[in-house]
Amino acid sequence: MNANKNSIASWTWLAFAFAFLYVPMALLIIYSFNESRLVTVWSGFSTKWYGELFKDRHMLAAAIMSLKLAFVTATTAVIIGTMAAVVMTRMGRFRGKTFFSALITAPLVMPEVITGLSLLLLFVSLEQAFGWPDGRGFTTLWIAHTTFSAAFTTVVVSSRLREMDQSIEEAAQDLGAPPWKVFFVITLPIIAPALVSGWLLAFTLSLDDLVISSFVSGPGSTTLPMVVFSSVRLGVSPKINALASIIILIVTIAITIAGVLMYKLEKKREREMEQAVAEGQHQVK
Amino acid sequence: MTAGSLAPQSLLKRLLPQPRWFVIGAPYLWMFLFFFIPFAIVFVISFMKPAVAMPPVEFEYDLAGNIELLTKNYTRLFDLDDLLYINAYLGSLKMAAVSTILALMIGYPVAYAIARAPGAVRQVLLMLVILPSWTSLLIRIYAWIGLLKNNGFINNFLMWLGLTDSPIQMMQTDFAVYIGIVYAYLPFMVLPIYTNLVKHDPTLLEAAADLGANRFTAFWKITVPLSMNGIIAGCMLVFIPAVGEFVIPEILGGPDQLMIGKVLWQEFFNNRDWPVASAVAITMLLVLILPITIFQRIQNKELEDSQ
Repeated sequence: MNANKNSIASWTWLAFAFAFLYVPMALLIIYSFNESRLVTVWSGFSTKWYGELFKDRHMLAAAIMSLKLAFVTATTAVIIGTMAAVVMTRMGRFRGKTFFSALITAPLVMPEVITGLSLLLLFVSLEQAFGWPDGRGFTTLWIAHTTFSAAFTTVVVSSRLREMDQSIEEAAQDLGAPPWKVFFVITLPIIAPALVSGWLLAFTLSLDDLVISSFVSGPGSTTLPMVVFSSVRLGVSPKINALASIIILIVTIAITIAGVLMYKLEKKREREMEQAVAEGQHQVK
Repeated sequence: MTAGSLAPQSLLKRLLPQPRWFVIGAPYLWMFLFFFIPFAIVFVISFMKPAVAMPPVEFEYDLAGNIELLTKNYTRLFDLDDLLYINAYLGSLKMAAVSTILALMIGYPVAYAIARAPGAVRQVLLMLVILPSWTSLLIRIYAWIGLLKNNGFINNFLMWLGLTDSPIQMMQTDFAVYIGIVYAYLPFMVLPIYTNLVKHDPTLLEAAADLGANRFTAFWKITVPLSMNGIIAGCMLVFIPAVGEFVIPEILGGPDQLMIGKVLWQEFFNNRDWPVASAVAITMLLVLILPITIFQRIQNKELEDSQ
């Protein structure tokens, strides 16, 4: 939509919106270096809160737990999400597709208290009836996180599947490749960026989840957001600011790297395609 | 695969488990087991009695002549003597609706501005809008405490400027919750609207100009109606989860900000009354069925439009 350029008013509004989004985060980071415990009165520069953070064993254990959980969740969510995306975009109509589509996209909007409660009750009922899962812990957290993350990965991957040029897939099929080969050899490399961003999205969703985790976790499986939440309830502390700054830093670096990498890969692929087309034309002549 | 071929070989081939079934079956099974079945269980438990036990539900059930007992949890929710639950439901709907409208008013111009920016800049701007939502929500809401407190950043700034003598109460008000929800969900509003706007045909606006419309008219008569799908999708993506929000009203709101997500949490964790919590959840679900259906319809329309 490049018909009109943006007016000054448009750019100003954009600037205010970005200020709204980023100023709180900037203040968070600035005050993590505040000497004083009072989070809003500046009394000097200090990195002591970062030191305190790393001495907090409880928090460190929770952080490691959350990272492991997020990693496993993201991987499972991408696998399930990709399968679901393929079903939604490549398999035409089949009986029960509407229901399937509803099942897959409902977690996108479902309030977390409902998902959390329902999953916990499922686990408790299963335990009553079958003896599994044996108490709540990493497994129940993993199942719960994967369930709501899969909805997001499905959306990411299916939008890429819809955008891509399907004629390449059709050409491969015409040349005799079976569907699974078409997918793994042709489609997968093309949608790879979507898989990566889906993975990253699921990773951050899992890492940040509080409500669902609170419902389905058990003793000994406390996640980082749960620790942060109980700490925040007790009052504001610069230690949390320090933690927040670290998280923001890591996420920014990760996204920038991922973005640059995917941009380069995409450019490389485009160049290779152009070369292939040029060679083909050359041979025909 | 020629249709109608009944030669023994191809019939056998069609009866054997195909990879296709697995690809459909695996995610279907997962979501059915871990998303759908749980709701059925919540539904069943919402009719049960709480017990002082672990788990705090009486699983043995005596159905004979216990109709009153059956709906006891639900009648409690709508008890006219104790309006707690009704107020919480209405309060949540109001909060979510106001926040959605605010998010739309702020987010639409943002999406519009990004869609009209030059190509490469667009990607960067979009990235900048989405980036905050990749960092922890809990932590970003926590950041607002420091801003909104009575001795927080905004109040200190206003008093330093001399605009006010005593701090303005912002924490634990409706206002704080509105800010929190808009802050958290703004990217969810911007993204669908942007995706929609970016597909608009620029020649439509040129045609309107040729026919004598000014930019204002062209915007309201062409751009807005065309972007309706995006607007609705964005609003649903904000409204529905906002109704059941727990974290934001808990951290930024106070006892006056009664939202149904908090009520459910308290029933579950503080009162250990799982059946009532379940009844609250089912009622919340029923309230949200309409917006959820609207959202699914829009999703399916988008899917079909692009195929």
